[in-house]
Formats: sequence, C-alpha cells, structure tokens
Amino acid sequence: MSDIAIRVENLSKQYEIGAARHREDILRDQLVHGFKKLCGRGPKAQATKEIFHALTDVSFEVRQGEVIGIIGRNGAGKSTLLKILSRITKPTQGRAEIYGRVGSLLEVGTGFHQELTGGENIFLNGAILGMKKNEIRRKFDEIVAFAEVEQFINTPVKHYSSGMYVRLAFAVAAHLEPEILIVDEVLAVGDVGFQKKCIGKMGDVAKNGRTVLFVSHNMAAVSQLCEHAVWLEHGQVKEIGNAAELVKDYLSDENSQKAACMWPHVEQAPGDDRVRLMAGRIVQDGRVTSVVDINEPARIEIEFEVLRPVRNLVCGIDLFNSMELCLFSNCDWRPNFLTPGRYRKHVDVPPQLLAEGRVSVMLQLFFYSPTISSVALRDALIFDATDSDHPLSVRGPQKGAWPGVVRVRLEWGEASPVQKRRPSAVT
Amino acid sequence: MLSTNPGAGATIVIQPTRDLFHLDLHEIWQHRDLLYFLVWRDVKVRYKQTAIGAAWALLNPLVTMAIFTVVFGHFAKLPSDGMPYPIFVFAALLPWNYYSQAITRSGASLVGDANLIRKVYFPRVIIPLSATITPLVDFAIAFGLLLGMMIWFGMSPTWAVLTLPLFAAMTVIIALGVGLWLSALNVRYRDVGHIIPFLTQVWLYATPVAYSLNLVPSQFRLLYSLNPMVGVVEGFRWTIRGSGDLEVGAVVVSAAVSVLVLVGGLAFFKHMEETFADVV
Repeated sequence: MSDIAIRVENLSKQYEIGAARHREDILRDQLVHGFKKLCGRGPKAQATKEIFHALTDVSFEVRQGEVIGIIGRNGAGKSTLLKILSRITKPTQGRAEIYGRVGSLLEVGTGFHQELTGGENIFLNGAILGMKKNEIRRKFDEIVAFAEVEQFINTPVKHYSSGMYVRLAFAVAAHLEPEILIVDEVLAVGDVGFQKKCIGKMGDVAKNGRTVLFVSHNMAAVSQLCEHAVWLEHGQVKEIGNAAELVKDYLSDENSQKAACMWPHVEQAPGDDRVRLMAGRIVQDGRVTSVVDINEPARIEIEFEVLRPVRNLVCGIDLFNSMELCLFSNCDWRPNFLTPGRYRKHVDVPPQLLAEGRVSVMLQLFFYSPTISSVALRDALIFDATDSDHPLSVRGPQKGAWPGVVRVRLEWGEASPVQKRRPSAVT
Repeated sequence: MLSTNPGAGATIVIQPTRDLFHLDLHEIWQHRDLLYFLVWRDVKVRYKQTAIGAAWALLNPLVTMAIFTVVFGHFAKLPSDGMPYPIFVFAALLPWNYYSQAITRSGASLVGDANLIRKVYFPRVIIPLSATITPLVDFAIAFGLLLGMMIWFGMSPTWAVLTLPLFAAMTVIIALGVGLWLSALNVRYRDVGHIIPFLTQVWLYATPVAYSLNLVPSQFRLLYSLNPMVGVVEGFRWTIRGSGDLEVGAVVVSAAVSVLVLVGGLAFFKHMEETFADVV
C-alpha cells in the first residue's frame, strides 16, 4: 500500500459539441437523417462536429492526508476534472486511481425537495451524498444543531429563508466523513460569516488527516488551506507546486484578464432549463476592454437566453478584488416577465468607485420566491482597473501606491474660517 | 514507488469503459439506501399536498372501472369470461394502472432528476428503478380494493391466487424494461416526453383490459401476446377467476418478451449512461 490517495494519469476529456446540439434536436431530424443514410443519400457523417477539449493529458498525484487546491480560470477544466474524479462523467482517455472512500461535494443541497421538511431533507440529501441510513440517524441531531434550524425541522424547506436553507444544506455535507473529500466552489455560497465557517470546517477536515481536493476561486483560502496546488489552463496542467507561490503566479498572470466571455451554443452555456448566460462584456468608451479607467464609467453587458417563460429574473453582478474580497454586489430587483428569446442587459459602474488592481466579476442570473440560482459564474469577466491623470482622479497629483479597497470620490467642504473664541478674561 | 500491477489496491479506478455490458449489481446493492430514500421521497411528495391523499390511488381505477363497465360491459355487452364485469375489468386495471404509472414516471425520471445526475455519482439505474418501485404502493392499495370487491361479489379466491406474485413480478419486469428504454431515450430526445402519454393510451387498447383475450381469433393470440402486457392481464384474470384455462402459450410468449425487453433495456441504458451527465 503506497501513501498515494489519488493518482491521475494522462486524463483527457473531449466533448462533441455537435452531439450536445443534437439533444435539442428533434427525433424527426434523426429519423430523416437515418433514412437518408439508408438510401445512401444525404451527408455521410456530420463533418461539422466540433470537438471541445475540456481536459488534455492531466497528470498529478495527491498523497494521503494532503490538501490540494485546483486553480484556474473558468473553462480551464476544473469542473470537468472534479466531475471525472467524482465519477459523474467518464474520461475519454487516461485513468485515475483513488485509494479510499470518496465523498464529493460539487454543490450543497443537491436533491433537496421543496415539499419535504428539513428533517426529511436531511435523510434524503444524506443518502444522495452517500451516507447510510443509520449513519444519518446517528448524526441527525448534530446536523440539526450545526444548521441552527431546530425549531423549523418539521417545516417544509420551501418556507425556509435562503440562509436557513444553505445552512441546512451545508450542515448535511459537513457531516460526510469520507477518507477523500472532493469539494467544488461550495464555499462561494452564503454570507462572509458563513463562508468563514465553511473554511473553518475544511481546515478541520484537513487536520483530521483526510485527503482533500479542493477547487476554488478564493485564492486566500487556497493559499491558506492547501500545501500544493494544480494550476489548470485550457484543460492542461500549467503548473504544479507550492500553493502559496502558485497563487501568487496566478494572480499576476497577464493572460488571466477577460474582457468578454461568450458561449456560441446554448447547450454549452452556463445555466439551466430556465435561462442561460450567453455572453458578458466590459465596455468602456464604446469598446470592449479588459483595462478600465476608474475615472470613467464602465459598462458591464450581459446577454442571456430565456428558454421558457419566466417571472422575476434577477441579473446581478458581484465584483471581487485580487484577494477575493467582494467589493460590492448589485442586482436588478425590478419585477419582470420574460418570454423565451435572447436578451441583453447592462449596468454601469460609476467612475471613482473602484481602486486599482485586478477585478473579477461574478455574473448572476437568479429568481426570487422561490430562490433559484440559474447562473452564478465566478470570474466571468476579469479586468484591470487603472487610474489616470484625470482631473477628478482621487489620487490627485500623488503617484505611487494608494490605499483602500475602493477609491470613492468624496465631497469635501471648503475650508471656512472658524471664529476664534474670545480669549477668556482670566488665563 | 513503482507497482507492477497498476491500480492494485485502488478502491476506485476511473477510465474509459470498454466492455459493452457491465451491470454492477453489487454497486446497486451498496446504494440501496439511496434507492429506498428516492422511493420514499416520491411517495411522500406524491401524497403530501393532496387533500384526499391515498384515496387518489383508489379513485383512478374505480372511475376507470365504472366507465369501462358502463361502456363496454353494458352498452357494448362484451363478454367477461364468466366474471362480473367490474371484477373482470379491475383485475386487468390493477396491473395496467401500475404499468402505465411506472413507465410514465420512469420515462421522465432521469430528466426530472437531472440535477442529481450532474452533481452526484451513483449507479444511474437507481433512478428509473425507484420510479418503477414507487407505484407499487398504489398497486398494493388497489389490490386491497380488489379483494374487497371480490368479497362484495361473493367470489372466493382459489389456489390460483398464489401465482399472483409471479404475474406481479412479470409486470415489474416489463415496466422496468420499458422504463429503462424510455428514460434513457428521453435524455437524448425530449420528444419521448410527449410520446409517453400517447404510447400508454394506444397500448391500453392494444391490451385486453376492456375486452377479453378470447375475442382475439385463436390463431393470432401468440402474435398478439408479443405485447407482454397481454400475458400479464391474462395471468391476473386467471388468478382472480380461479377457474378455466390459462392461455399458457400467451403467457410464455409475453414473459419471454418482457425478459428480452429488460435485458435490452439494461444494455441500452448502460450504453447511454456515460453521456447522461454531459447531455441531460
């Protein structure tokens, strides 16, 4: 028995984009196509099939008890790698060996049913995550306590606030006790306090000598929790090494700017059966750019495809700085009703708000009452905010470093003479 | 450390599958708790927000039985193999309702649980399997009703009723087989969702539910029983009736077809399974 927990060897995964498009295809087309082929007419095979290389030749090893981070931009293949290691999808080539019981958390609250009570959902979700009935029964009270939902345990979760819902979902997940834990961006949910609690829990898991493979956009968490990290880029391993150093390299990587993101095919675009995000752009002075002058307004454009009539679709943006601190979060809450079709929306980020540095935009599409998150895409857009010698620049004539996570222009009052108090008679 | 036998001792080896047919029963068994909870979920949810709850399981076959009795029993005066017409119809509706519910549910099951498929690993067969098990609850309730009706009509069950579990098992086999085909096809072609209601309707009339198998000319009966539900309905009627001959030929043909459908369904499902997470 070696001390290896996960061994990944030359793992590759290709998707046929054409095949995915067929899904929406109607049976009729397939029948017609088959018939034509039988008659020896029509196109021989679909020469137009596009192959998308999600992962190419990825190899690495994780030792028992090690915490390893997987970093990289969206579309770098992180999710595909996790899906393969979780056995949700099969690789096209290569192999992976896993030594130990695996628990994978690609999402919290998978399989929660709105009509069922909190208690019932603990059992259902626990079973879905791979726990045995007895195991769930044993940990039930602990889970309820962790989630702080004691009073509502017999209430259907559709009546839960989104905070309670997430707490309950995470509580079940946190009580999974595999030897090897595979975790996706689950830490991105909830408020900052809750995220801290989650990261704390991850640290505990690691301290117990369990192996953790952890994908995150939270660079602070990666450098804090992981010894090693794997940096994926375009489906390939770009670098493997010490987590803290890799994070530093990653953050200073020039290529990681992204002025626009776009998905040519609806099926491949992030989202669900309600709505899919088709494109996003940062526009300043009428052109798409990844360098934004913080003294001028910048526009963030979102394009999405509505797949069935929906009510109260909310678009939102969250901006993060390079240390993954959320600068602000903003959404358009106005009620609406949208019929299927392509829509575009924009929001203007005012001048004199951002500080210099790398800014990452999370694009969100969701619904409220009940809250359903269709898209929450971290690093959808990444740009560099730069200051200029604009007359209104906050830094004025000052060059060099300027502190603060935001650079808001404040209105200063004029200096006005203060009446000197009359000196008192007696000193 | 170089190992001569790569993968030795590994709990899980992940690689592209090459074997055509590989049904890991052991793995399904390991996930039996999940199967249990999926069935439990569906049963709970089904009756949770309904005002009359489990009564729906009775109402549906009762109303269908009443309609068939009036239309086919009284107006059309179809023969009923010497049984009271309501019993005659109900004995067939019992497996039929289960069957149509099971294939409707399992046909939609993978698409309905797409979220699970995209985020969690487990043997995918569990999803249509649970959808096939859930309607057994309604089946059991309706079976109780049938027993009550038999007492009402003064029929006493004979030893033949002991073979009923066999025919019930055959119904489950067909339902699972067809359900596997439909659910896997539905992932790829959403048309299947539209086809299923139509399919069950046509299939109902292609099955001797409202009429007797004896109305079919005897030289066509074997051909007719290629529809596996023919054997099931004939079997159910025979076990309830407790007298007369069982059309053994029809039952054997139907049983053979249902096993073939199941084996084919499993193979097809396994073949499609790998791409579910990518396309669902």
